[in-house]
Amino acid sequence: MYNLNILLLVPILTLAGIMFVKDARNARVVAAIGMSVQLVLVFVLLYMYLAERNAGNMEEVLFYQDITWYESLKISYTIGVDGIAVGLIVLTGIVIFAGVFASWLMKDLVKEFFFWLILLATGVFGFFISLDLFIMFVFFELAVIPMYLLIGIWGTGPKEYSAMKLTLMLMGASAILLVGILGIYFNSAPDGGAMTFNIIEISKVNIPIAAQRFFFPMVFIGFGVISALFPFHTWSPDGHASAPTAVSMLHAGVLMKLGGYGVLKVAIYLLPEAAGEMATFFLIFVAIGVIYGALSAVMQRDLKYINAYSSVSHVGLILFGLLMLTKTALDGAVLQMISHGLITALFFALIGMIYGRTHTRMVNEMRGLMKVMPFLSVAYVIAGLASLGLPGLSGFVAELAIFVGAFSHPEPFYRVITVIAVSSIVVAAVYILRVVAKMLMEGVKDESYNDLTDARWHEKLSVISLLLFIAAIGLAPLWLSDMIMSSLEPIIMRLN
Amino acid sequence: MSFSDILLMRNELLLVAATVVILIADLVFAADQRKQFYYFSVFLIFIVAITGLFPSESGSIFGGMYETGGLQIMMKNILNFSTLIVLLQSWGWFSQVKQQKRIGEFMILLLSTLIGMGYMISSGHFLMFYLGLELATIPLAALAAYDYYKSKSAEAGIKLILLAAFSSGILLFGISLIYGITGTLYFGEAGQLINGSTLSVLGLVLIFTGLSFKVSLVPFHLWTADVYEGSPINVTSYLSVVSKGSAVFIMLIVLNTVFASLNDIWDTLIYTIIIITITIGNLFAIRQRNIKRFLAFSSIAQAGFIMLGVIDNSAFGVATVVYFILVYMFSNLAAFGVASAISAETGKESIDDYKGFYGTNPRLSLVMMLAMFSLAGIPPVAGFFGKFFLFTAAAEKGYYILVLIAVLNTIISLYYYLLVIKVMFIEKSDSPIQFFSSNLPMKISLVICVLGLVITGFTSGVFDYMVAVSDQLFSSI
Repeated sequence: MYNLNILLLVPILTLAGIMFVKDARNARVVAAIGMSVQLVLVFVLLYMYLAERNAGNMEEVLFYQDITWYESLKISYTIGVDGIAVGLIVLTGIVIFAGVFASWLMKDLVKEFFFWLILLATGVFGFFISLDLFIMFVFFELAVIPMYLLIGIWGTGPKEYSAMKLTLMLMGASAILLVGILGIYFNSAPDGGAMTFNIIEISKVNIPIAAQRFFFPMVFIGFGVISALFPFHTWSPDGHASAPTAVSMLHAGVLMKLGGYGVLKVAIYLLPEAAGEMATFFLIFVAIGVIYGALSAVMQRDLKYINAYSSVSHVGLILFGLLMLTKTALDGAVLQMISHGLITALFFALIGMIYGRTHTRMVNEMRGLMKVMPFLSVAYVIAGLASLGLPGLSGFVAELAIFVGAFSHPEPFYRVITVIAVSSIVVAAVYILRVVAKMLMEGVKDESYNDLTDARWHEKLSVISLLLFIAAIGLAPLWLSDMIMSSLEPIIMRLN
Repeated sequence: MSFSDILLMRNELLLVAATVVILIADLVFAADQRKQFYYFSVFLIFIVAITGLFPSESGSIFGGMYETGGLQIMMKNILNFSTLIVLLQSWGWFSQVKQQKRIGEFMILLLSTLIGMGYMISSGHFLMFYLGLELATIPLAALAAYDYYKSKSAEAGIKLILLAAFSSGILLFGISLIYGITGTLYFGEAGQLINGSTLSVLGLVLIFTGLSFKVSLVPFHLWTADVYEGSPINVTSYLSVVSKGSAVFIMLIVLNTVFASLNDIWDTLIYTIIIITITIGNLFAIRQRNIKRFLAFSSIAQAGFIMLGVIDNSAFGVATVVYFILVYMFSNLAAFGVASAISAETGKESIDDYKGFYGTNPRLSLVMMLAMFSLAGIPPVAGFFGKFFLFTAAAEKGYYILVLIAVLNTIISLYYYLLVIKVMFIEKSDSPIQFFSSNLPMKISLVICVLGLVITGFTSGVFDYMVAVSDQLFSSI
């Protein structure tokens, strides 16, 4: 039996450790140890989960714990995981591990930096294990608010503006989400029983359709904004461009997935009828976001902006897959969450490392990096290929599942919109290959670049850990897909 | 009346005793023993506050004019501890040469208002209510004008007394109308006799208006910013937490006992008032650069949020309000504590002076950050739980649109609270405030506030207990 609380305990102990280290430089060591332990624990969780499932345990969630917290409001500390949550927890474990090593050379206010970074990760872990809407919301906000200081203090460029914009937009979304959650709570007992915040309990009742129609848009938009739902995506490019490396990694890699996960587990699972009715409406916005993000990425010259817009497009595909409401598409969406999380974290890590050497992020100012830093360049090429969906890497599996699931809808509307969304992949090839060709290939233009060094040990560790899983999912996707599929069962049953 | 009946007034009697002892002690302690006198007085108030935590009987005396129960005791405890924290934060100000001689006066005036508030909260009769209210208000004006040699402070005192007189007039007019209709001044009896007649609605509106001045709800808030800015900073924090809190408490009691049957009417009234109060408070707070004016407008907005709980006329709603005031006490006093530490040390009261403060005074900056997060309602700080429960209370009545407006307003408020954090943590300054070490009482008070902010949310027992005692207001009807 696995105790999920340990996934919170280790980060909290790490936080305490960081607070009490005397020498600020040791903070990174504490963070690294803590997150390495966390990574091991995450894999133990994965192993235990699969073992339980193989042993025939068909409970909807495993490792369930329920402790009453606020008696008068029926708020409880309810935790448990299904296959989807396990997948995302593994993703978070890897990305935060890589993130700590990617920011190994952090200079200013080291203690504070790692404190806020780990706090953010704590919020994310908590979000994925919670089954109670209240604590889910608490962890959601806990994951968002450290961003303000992380970008504001350690960021680059117009950091104060970006930090404020990001925080206000995301907190604004969570404010709308709060109303949605309260609405679900007060409608969770239509037959007169006790009201509850427990997702599993609520999934057993049918919330009145009028209430579903009223609250679905709130929950969907509330979670959608953090997944860069068009037209509320504007925080994302500025925020990612200004954020320090590890924060961009975590934010694009993991935080944006909170939205997708929330849409699936709260909006679609608890309000299925309204989801069916309103999916087409929101699909239009999501499809616009997918294409718009891709086209914007083509026009950018700054590496971080290119990736930020590419994230808008790729995370848009997650929402796209979710709104299709078919099993294959949902499966693809969850795979895309994990796959994009790894790929985009790798991208931002590499961009940070390249920027640390060349001191520019402008594509047209760099030439021939392949010759001076082969390791980073090769990794960049692999990330690029994974991002545009090359078979054998994780991006292919996820996007294929989304589009197959989407196209299997017989109605013309779905087919047309799928064709439109698919075209984003072609555009992705343009902006990725162009960067690879311009920045990495050709001869070295600037003489001073010949003195640049390739990746150091901590950077290699960070990059390799991410590459490994991108390849692993790409080559052997079935176990992951199966784990997700079996957990989608209850949601599909609610939808029908 | 037996001795045990008199003990029902334990809180007020102890406060009176403390006042008398402090009055005498002021003469006993010599001029060079001011510090000891200060510690002695604070210790006395600490004793009073601690005594309040021991269980007490509920009941009524003076023929029902004075009522007490779990709810009232809870409210008084919150006020007592707030006062204690305010006094702990005052030493920096007291120790200035000009103030040294006058510590005794300050304490006595402060305690008089606290006694008045105690009687006001416990009143079961309009006469007692009015007496308590006046006792709680008039010394406050003297306190606001305590730095009388500064024209702003004198102005604050005059403003406060004029507005208090004006609002009392309105309140009295309302009370006389209610007396005219029902022929009684008892809350319980009046509550049963009030019907929906125009005159009784007028009475309700007038009484509500009178109290709104004290709570500083828009459009009765105009005095707030000026008085808060002009008063000495510890009086400002007392006004914004204790005085405001007591007015909210009595408003809860009056609305839910006397005007329980007119619920539909005051619902609509409060609904509108919440929207304008929160919005105007927030929009004005954005522009403020003086920390006291800033906190004044933020406290106006917070008062609007508090009304979200008042609108839900149930035990749960009352509990959310009391809980929020407890949390608000910790957060606001933490913010005022840091502000007054800086003010006592350097005389600086502008937010722009805080640039680079984290670099020189990391601990005080962190306290301020926690306070700002709590006021903005960010988890896991207590303020989040307070706000969440208030929203739940309004949603319980089905006012989802109102909740939506309120939560969107929390984003505006987050903006200006983050500005303070930004100034302290992100912006750099060539001449930041130099490092200083705050005095011991200030440290104690800030530790109490921080512990309160961190722990209150996680201990569900406090809130559950409040729900249980709040039931008393509704079960007696």
